[in-house]
Amino acid sequence: MDYIRAFIVGGLICVIGQLLMDGTKLTPAHVLVAFVTSGVILTAIGVYEPIVNIGGAGATVPLPGFGYSLAKGVFKAVNEDGLIGVFTGGMQATAGGVSAAIFFGYIMSLIFNPKSKS
Amino acid sequence: MNKINPKEYNEYVQKKIPKPTFLKNSLWAFFIGGIICTFGQFIINFYKNMGLDKDGVSAATAITLVFLGAFFTGLGWYDKLGKRAGAGSIVPITGFANSIVSPAMEFKREGFIFGVAARMFTVAGPVLVYGYGSSVIVGLIYYLVKK
Repeated sequence: MDYIRAFIVGGLICVIGQLLMDGTKLTPAHVLVAFVTSGVILTAIGVYEPIVNIGGAGATVPLPGFGYSLAKGVFKAVNEDGLIGVFTGGMQATAGGVSAAIFFGYIMSLIFNPKSKS
Repeated sequence: MNKINPKEYNEYVQKKIPKPTFLKNSLWAFFIGGIICTFGQFIINFYKNMGLDKDGVSAATAITLVFLGAFFTGLGWYDKLGKRAGAGSIVPITGFANSIVSPAMEFKREGFIFGVAARMFTVAGPVLVYGYGSSVIVGLIYYLVKK
């Protein structure tokens, strides 16, 4: 069941991104920035958590889920460490994914060459 | 040749710009985005069954998906998928990895500092700036409200 919910919620979030790209002049970069930021804000005001509870990976795998991890992490760190947590929480919660993105991103661009666009 | 004024020209150009096929693009985005998220759910369940705790599961899942996104971008498959899938391949975290590897490969000839390392962050940089920036602001508000 959780697979079907992930499919539907994840698909819908991607459709919102597609409509933004087709209907406005936003580039993919704009959409990604908007999605991460809205993920942070929606989590902060308590809207995104219920979506994660329904959608599972459908809500955490798209980029708003990155914002969700950031906001959750910063709240947790503020609860534990106070003011320092404001600055450490976001990075701590997302350290794995971001380090992996930098490391694997670098390795892959060393190994592979761009394919000629045919 | 009859002359046309700028306004008419603009109307003419607007007419010639292909209309984005909203429905078709959205269906593709829904389908591919949905599949990537379903696969993400499979990975989450896999790590859960391995006995990782909640934070461990989400970190391991992010790392795995980022690896796959970067790898398939290197092979050239991800961009082929992206032609059809649009936001369906851009919005998931695999698309974040794609946005790092694509420009990094492209600009390799400009060297490993200003080529690969700098261009990696063409799209990822803004995402991280606004993501972490907003998390600090939200955290600060939370800290002040909580006090």
